Amino acid sequence: MQFLLDGLIAGASVGLGAIGVTLTYSVLRFSNFAHGDFMAWGAYAALVVVGFIGGSTPLGPFSFGLPLILALMVAMGLTSGMALALDWALFARLRARGQAIIVVMASFGASMALRSLLEFIFTSRPTYFSRSIQMAMPVGFGVKITADQVAMLVLTLCLVVGVHLMMTRTQRGREMRAYAQNPALARVVGIDVDRVVRSTWVIGASLACASGVMVGVLVQIRPLMGLSLLLPIFAAAILGGIGSVPGAVLAGVIIGLSEAAAVQFIGAEWRAAVAFVILMGVLLIRPTGLFGVTER
Amino acid sequence: MILEVKDLVAGYEPGLPIVKGASMQAGAGEIVVILGPNGAGKSSFIKAIAGLVPVTSGQVLLDGQDITATPAHQMIRRGLAFVPQTENIFPLMTVQENLAVCGGILDRHEVAGRIDEMFATFPDLARQRALMAGSLSGGQRQMLAVARALLVRPRVLMLDEPSAGLSPKLVGQVFEGLQAIRERGLTIVLVEQNARAALAIGDRAYVLVEGREAHEGPARTLWDNPLIAELYLGSKGHAVSA
Repeated sequence: MQFLLDGLIAGASVGLGAIGVTLTYSVLRFSNFAHGDFMAWGAYAALVVVGFIGGSTPLGPFSFGLPLILALMVAMGLTSGMALALDWALFARLRARGQAIIVVMASFGASMALRSLLEFIFTSRPTYFSRSIQMAMPVGFGVKITADQVAMLVLTLCLVVGVHLMMTRTQRGREMRAYAQNPALARVVGIDVDRVVRSTWVIGASLACASGVMVGVLVQIRPLMGLSLLLPIFAAAILGGIGSVPGAVLAGVIIGLSEAAAVQFIGAEWRAAVAFVILMGVLLIRPTGLFGVTER
Repeated sequence: MILEVKDLVAGYEPGLPIVKGASMQAGAGEIVVILGPNGAGKSSFIKAIAGLVPVTSGQVLLDGQDITATPAHQMIRRGLAFVPQTENIFPLMTVQENLAVCGGILDRHEVAGRIDEMFATFPDLARQRALMAGSLSGGQRQMLAVARALLVRPRVLMLDEPSAGLSPKLVGQVFEGLQAIRERGLTIVLVEQNARAALAIGDRAYVLVEGREAHEGPARTLWDNPLIAELYLGSKGHAVSA
């Protein structure tokens, strides 16, 4: 049964990443292949901020202390700033030309540049927020969980509920959904398009950062961490239905569980193939995904 | 004049204008009808006024203030609301959300009250407030689009062929509704293919041909002008699309 918990935790970080991808695709209408690198940059930004703050007394049973919580918030801001700068310098100019495929190709280029820059600054050697060893607590049925894992699941739940409420209950969320459905009509009804674009980047980049920090706390930080999560993230965004926040998270969990099941029952070498098989299956059977809807 | 358009030249491609120097005026509380044969540039004209088609030259004045370069999303804040012909609702949002999406323009505390007022004005929408707007009929969609435009208390309401695709009965209801809106003092600019129905409620009319206004006059006399009817509205006499 342990593999179910492992899959759930892996799926949570995939789901957080998928929210950013699904929002970028539905609002800005392009697949941002640099999104995985936002996760890596977010994790490294948090690492640097933790270093600046100093002090590493763990909080209760966790491996991290208050500095990491503060660093996460600062890193979310920094990652958002990076995404906005990238949009201003690159994506916005290409979007204005109206050719989505060029923007997608540019995101490939940006991804490689961001990744190489990380390797240049931090080297490709893995690093950690903490090297302390945590004892896992038994929770029944032979399943064990660490305090860090509980914290990350709670963080995911809070972020997902928060983003869902923002999208469905606030004026900004309504504006983002309206723009995703019909950009021209959104302008007619008085929606500030630039504000919608900025909000999309900030939400997507912040969640990518949180996801990167989660992976960093639970596994390790390395420049390629975003690249290795890119396929599962895109599979989750498509399986959940483009534009659906709950769909992205649920699909992330499905993919995380499927990968864990593959490792458990088939072999670890098949893990990467699972997301690909799910992605192809969804595209063939239900291209709109689990929660995707089409206009009647 | 509340809305004044002077020699507007506009088009999607540089050097290929669709509107080639058209002008119009609309006074407070007037219904101004813009007619013309297919391809005359009527829709592009009204979209250019709304900021949706790039303007090369000319002026759009609202209450004497130049709004020619105002971005489309600011037009409604300036008091100029536009209802497109098609795709004029957000189908994957509820009826209530379609109204609330304009809420950013109003003070936060008055949004709910204005939505209730719109539901009181359009009771058919009130009954469907929790439904996805994509499930509404063509007439209800048009009603929702007009209600959303009225929510923010515009001074000028511009509509692009509100009767397109509707049954004759619904067309009658739409035009009755527009007359009721005009009686509140709102200025209406109406682009229509259904000349008979539009001229029946209009005060003044413009006929556009090849991107320029070819005739202007009181709506009811325009209807009786056989030359105009023959040249621009179909055939001799009163044969117009209806």
